[in-house]
Amino acid sequence: MFKNITLGTVAALALTTSTVLAAGGGDQQIEDFAFSFEGPFGTFDQNQLQRGLKIYTEVCASCHGLKYVPLRTLADEGGPHYSDAQVRAYAAENFEVFDAELDDYRPAKPTDHFPENNDAGAPDLSLMAKARAGFHGPYGTGISQFVNGMGGPEYIASLLTGYTGEEKEEAGVTLYENTAFPGGWISMAPPLYGEDVEFDDGHSNELHHEAQDIAAFLMWTAEPKMMDRKYTGFVGVFLLGLLGFLLYLTNKKLWAPVKHRKTV
Amino acid sequence: MAGIPHDHYEPKSSGEKWLHSRLPIVGLLYDTLMIPTPKNLNWMWIWGIILTFCLALQIITGIVLVMHYTPHVDLAFASIEHIMRNVNGGHFIRYLHMNGASLFFIAVYAHIFRGLYYGSYKAPREITWVIGMLIYLLMMGTAFMGYVLPWGQMSFWGATVITGLFGAIPFIGEPIQTWLLGGPAVDNATLNRFFSLHYLLPFLIAGLVIVHIWAFHTTGNNNPTGVEVRRTSKAEAEKDTLPFWPYFVIKDLFALAVILCVFFAIVGFMPNYLGHPDNYIEANPLATPAHIVPEWYFLPFYAILRAFTADVWAVQLASFVTGGIVDAKFFGVLAMFGAIAVMALAPWLDTSSVRSGRYRPMFKWWFLLLVIDFFALMWLGAMPAEEPYASFSLIASTYWFLYFLVILPLLGVIEKPLKQPETIEEDFDAHYGKSDTTPAE
Repeated sequence: MFKNITLGTVAALALTTSTVLAAGGGDQQIEDFAFSFEGPFGTFDQNQLQRGLKIYTEVCASCHGLKYVPLRTLADEGGPHYSDAQVRAYAAENFEVFDAELDDYRPAKPTDHFPENNDAGAPDLSLMAKARAGFHGPYGTGISQFVNGMGGPEYIASLLTGYTGEEKEEAGVTLYENTAFPGGWISMAPPLYGEDVEFDDGHSNELHHEAQDIAAFLMWTAEPKMMDRKYTGFVGVFLLGLLGFLLYLTNKKLWAPVKHRKTV
Repeated sequence: MAGIPHDHYEPKSSGEKWLHSRLPIVGLLYDTLMIPTPKNLNWMWIWGIILTFCLALQIITGIVLVMHYTPHVDLAFASIEHIMRNVNGGHFIRYLHMNGASLFFIAVYAHIFRGLYYGSYKAPREITWVIGMLIYLLMMGTAFMGYVLPWGQMSFWGATVITGLFGAIPFIGEPIQTWLLGGPAVDNATLNRFFSLHYLLPFLIAGLVIVHIWAFHTTGNNNPTGVEVRRTSKAEAEKDTLPFWPYFVIKDLFALAVILCVFFAIVGFMPNYLGHPDNYIEANPLATPAHIVPEWYFLPFYAILRAFTADVWAVQLASFVTGGIVDAKFFGVLAMFGAIAVMALAPWLDTSSVRSGRYRPMFKWWFLLLVIDFFALMWLGAMPAEEPYASFSLIASTYWFLYFLVILPLLGVIEKPLKQPETIEEDFDAHYGKSDTTPAE
């Protein structure tokens, strides 16, 4: 009796009793957006990542940096997958970096990282999609994450669509009411209103879609090797499953004479 | 090596004899692998192999990670991102190491609770048990210091809170805390010494694992009946046992493959599930996270640490008796370490002459309650320190101590145990039918 109880519960419960309370508070409203990269089979949508990059470049980059992300990775398969020439042109057009050798600023190259940006005191976005959890329940156990994922990109998209339009001033700082932000009031002014960027392929640029695109892009900046990782996961599960099956047969045969199997 | 009579290694060729008379290493390996093992061991006896594998996995992945990691407060966080983005396969190795710690603790808790249920801690296996507890303590120390190395927010604040516990010790606490940290606060000196110790302790664990195995190879394994293997003759011992190789090696490897299958699914598809999002924010001494929560495997003891607040009468009594030396904070620290100490003392607290919980009708239910209590504490450790969680934590913590200090000693006196089988063979045959031939090789 206890054999099964302990085996089952230790494995299952220990795994599900996650400790996710990062953003805390049950007052947040996080919408469960459907992203292409969810679940074991989920992959990044290359076009969505490219749209997200455009939103980042034209809107977010004015205040937020992406200092851990090398520009060259924009050419990665399993990422936005631009050509090398496109990445070179993008880097040179959009960013300047300080070169210690020249002792001066020069246009960025693919080998540089996205620049750091501390001008407005805004946090770096490289890892934001992994540094927030949208889902915590039930009762703070984090079990829902088993189904929904951690909810980082959902949190980002919900934050961008969660402005109510209310503002207030506190100690000389303007705060904006936001239904996704812990505490309800955020110091970032609404960055997106809808139709903020024009996409070359004419893709919808209403607020809800923009928020989803930038959240997907930030998931990629946080976890650029996600598709490699899932592939390795599948190889591991498959090979170990096969090995387990063979060992099961070996074990059964090995013990059969000892256990006097009652098979005829 | 073992007290159970069995065949020992006999060097045959002249080369084997030459080596054996100089270094009996083949004999040592042979005797270790061919150790007579009770043939009725169930699936809860697989965790030893899983744990050995975890230690190897953590050491191997750890050594690779060290090649790319920089232990400096300004560079540590970025070097982790370097591993995740630029090092070939680095992201997977790091996730294996991260989740390997969780697998390690799942296995060690299963292993410990198996020992508690089947009375593996009882004479003559007390030394095995106490060494095991030392390994567990070292594991906790290693895991804690490893968690500091990425230098995220939880790394930093976890280190601040936990080293602060030592500051709660009366009189000598603060100098000890400063000495541990290498300064007045968690900083570069702390990171460097934690890095050094995180690399050292696993090898001490490996040493203790050898002693742990040596000890139970001397006494022989416990088994689900708790009945000892017959030792009067080799023929009798062979009715109760099978050699470890191949019977249990294959069985354990099968279990390992199944568990690793699940493990690879976690690492491949949800590697951050057991982690904390705040640790993807670089450490900032000026910004305290809303909730400082340790890793899941520390939560039960973290809950016990926080349970004893200043309004609990036991704390007030302790404070009154000691003239205020034992305050709520120090009481909590004592309770946390005490919770592990009472577990280590189980061999002397359990008065029952029956080893296995299978034949102890009352014990069974108290033990089940202890398992539930453990998971309740784990959940409570993750909750904020407010009502109703504070009261629940106090009740759950009290039960933990009650189990070891009152229930275990008392049950041995009042409980009427069920009839145990005479021999392991009897138990085995009850499941699989009477043996009429000798077991095949």
